Amino acid sequence: METIYTDLLCIGAGLAGERVAVEAASAGFETICLSIVPPRRSHSSAAQGGMQASLGHCIMGKGDSPDVHFQDTVKGSDWGCDQEVARLFAETAPVAVREMAFWGIPWNRVVPGKDTYFKGGKQFEKEELKEKEGLITARSFGGTAKWRTCYTSDGTGHTLLYTMDNKVVELGVTVHDRIEAISLIHDGKTCIGAVARCLKTGKCRAYLARATLIATGGYGRIYRETTNAVINDGGGAIIAIDTEVVPLGNPEAIQFHPTGIVPTNILVTEGCRGDGGTLLDVNEERFMPEYEPEKEELASRDVVSRWMTHHIQKGLGVKSPYGDHLWLDIRHLGAEHIKTKLREVEEICNNFLGVDPITQLIPVRPAQHYSMAGIRTNKDGAAYGLKGLFSAGEAACWDMHGFNRLGGNSLAETIVAGKIVGEKIAESLKGYEVHFNTAVIKDAAAKDYERIDRLISCKDGKEDVFEVRNAMQNELMERVGIFRNGADLQKAVDNLQEIHARAKKVGLRSNGIGVNPELTLALKIQGMVRLAICTAYGALQRTESRGCHSREDYEARNDRDWLNRTLATWKEGDDLPTLNYEPASKVMEIPPGDRGYGVSKIISQDDEKIGV
Amino acid sequence: MGRKLKFNIFRYNPQDPDSVPHTDTFQLEETESMTLFIALTQIREEQDPSLQFDFCCRAGICGACAMIINGRPNLACKTLTDDLPAEITLMPLPIFKLIGDLSVDTGTWFREMNENVESWVHTSKTFDLEAEEERMDNSLAEEIYELERCVECGCCVAACGTANMREDFVGAVAMNRIARFMMDPRDQRTGSEYFEVIGTDEGIFGCMGLLGCEDVCPKQLPLQDQLGILRLKMGWSAIKHLFRIK
Repeated sequence: METIYTDLLCIGAGLAGERVAVEAASAGFETICLSIVPPRRSHSSAAQGGMQASLGHCIMGKGDSPDVHFQDTVKGSDWGCDQEVARLFAETAPVAVREMAFWGIPWNRVVPGKDTYFKGGKQFEKEELKEKEGLITARSFGGTAKWRTCYTSDGTGHTLLYTMDNKVVELGVTVHDRIEAISLIHDGKTCIGAVARCLKTGKCRAYLARATLIATGGYGRIYRETTNAVINDGGGAIIAIDTEVVPLGNPEAIQFHPTGIVPTNILVTEGCRGDGGTLLDVNEERFMPEYEPEKEELASRDVVSRWMTHHIQKGLGVKSPYGDHLWLDIRHLGAEHIKTKLREVEEICNNFLGVDPITQLIPVRPAQHYSMAGIRTNKDGAAYGLKGLFSAGEAACWDMHGFNRLGGNSLAETIVAGKIVGEKIAESLKGYEVHFNTAVIKDAAAKDYERIDRLISCKDGKEDVFEVRNAMQNELMERVGIFRNGADLQKAVDNLQEIHARAKKVGLRSNGIGVNPELTLALKIQGMVRLAICTAYGALQRTESRGCHSREDYEARNDRDWLNRTLATWKEGDDLPTLNYEPASKVMEIPPGDRGYGVSKIISQDDEKIGV
Repeated sequence: MGRKLKFNIFRYNPQDPDSVPHTDTFQLEETESMTLFIALTQIREEQDPSLQFDFCCRAGICGACAMIINGRPNLACKTLTDDLPAEITLMPLPIFKLIGDLSVDTGTWFREMNENVESWVHTSKTFDLEAEEERMDNSLAEEIYELERCVECGCCVAACGTANMREDFVGAVAMNRIARFMMDPRDQRTGSEYFEVIGTDEGIFGCMGLLGCEDVCPKQLPLQDQLGILRLKMGWSAIKHLFRIK
């Protein structure tokens, strides 16, 4: 097998992976990035909204500071985050934004004078200060006390990714694109690289590295409906849990978005509802006022998603060849408003639906959106369980998001964590030597070759990989969605275990030669189902509601018993993960309290234990 | 009931010694709001799991899915079947190396392009952690963003007369990139330094002005304007160069 050696191997070349690579390369370490797509096509580019940093230049951000950003982040996480990490993040974000400006981001800037904005369906006026003219401005995003989201028009993720990759090119960092890591090389104690399959030729090769980083983003594609790109299918998380020693943090912590368009699940902004858009059912009647008489369509993301799902389940959804959906109606906002303030929504509808939102209804339904879950690391980005393995970005559970991520904090995390983890990796590489045990490398390679052979020759069975994947996706969508209950979750775990058994019997229909897409999926299917089981089982065990994890049978947030983080590992041969728990945060700068939104029932840490 | 769509798709797997370039035909019933992403995914999962094509964001943001759709380069994810006749012919982009079927290697090509045009801010300054950012007029930031919107999909290269004849031509995408940096006050490169990069027959003077690039750009970038401005500026640089005016 072809073998390539480097100091640092970055698996994933989106914003987090490349930011780490830039840091390590700048410190003089040889770095190779692997990416399953050309790096500029990474899913980071789809984060259009912006990046949170408390610069406080715009008038609505006046008085902002890392302290306020930190508080918003902890509250947003529903006290599920690691507060040391959230603090580190909030303090570093402003520098990270300015550094990106220095590298070439055309951030939108403060324009002095009067302007209007919408909030809760109403129009307001603000006036920007002359002395702040030309400094980086910010926009409003949900769950923040101040306007803090720095942006470049409707393409913040795009400009960040292009600028970051420009830096990678400038530094001469090697990027091997269209390469997918299919297993980590390790001896149970130390990680020394990965076996990867080339998606240009189908051939495998080994990468040996003193440090290995997983920055492969989220894994929304385990759900049937997701806003995630097709590449977000869990590759990085799978090779981590396949080690049996590296845990996933909070696998049950998954965020949904209320308005993905049907059939492609492309996200349309919540700004539609913020500006006065309404949701309609099959009879073209509003239903939100019935469920939420006060806030109606302006209730929080989770609440709106919940009632949409509920309303569809009541049989009041609109039938379509792609399943039932509801309508988003922005017609009454008028052509002028839609063409200026909601331009990107108009474009999405025209281009991807063939719908004119000025005169027609937009088909929408809730979709999976973000994985707070991920490879558990310490505050330096070092993964639990294996020396020499690191993780950053959405792939990681670092853990600044806890049980709910705030809009604009994900893009910020990629840059900030990339910077911090990159520094820590560079530090750890100084004077650090590893032994490359050739037997370990040979075993890893042999195991992967055997997997490929068995799939091609249908040695374990002829289960269709797409059918198995569909079954898994349906199970998660139906029973491990936004609102969960014990009975459904137990059923999901049981059914997913059966699906796991089927996944072990997958065999290819096609010949598997070269860059065969059926083989690419088949190599991951068992791991994907394991991620699905971790999600369902973690959710079943967590008998409380916290952030995005909402249990109908346990409505209160329970700080007495559940102020902790789930750690899920998977032992070879098992059909369930092993769950352990650790305190949510060693440091409690802000003790648990009321978020001021979402579920307000709380069982406090001081409440007596019942039945113990 | 929707239309019956007929897809003629170019097939070739260079890794398979038994494979020869040919066209396969697939039938599919059209459904509402069907994009080529939905259609091709259905064909792969239900009819031929070996079919190679590239989608990533499927939302017109990442540029992965450019292909020749009924003779014209475009992003497949952004193409509604409703806008096409019932017979749809799909070919891979020319110029880029074929990986298989509709999938081509744009990554290598664009990395090289970015290296050639030195697609980054050239500055002698160092970043100061403590300092406030340099101010910029918002309208200038938006002008830069307008050109920065390029998604490196390769449509302009595939539609370019010169690029189809000459392998070393950098294409409109590179010209647009240079224009973006020339506009950016943070980049300290001088006119003659840009001239070194782009003032050649492989660069701006190779452009024959056919402007296929402008016609097909899925992001509607103002490529015609940028090519014109760049030609003017580089022409002027060439004259200065000739008379050694600094």
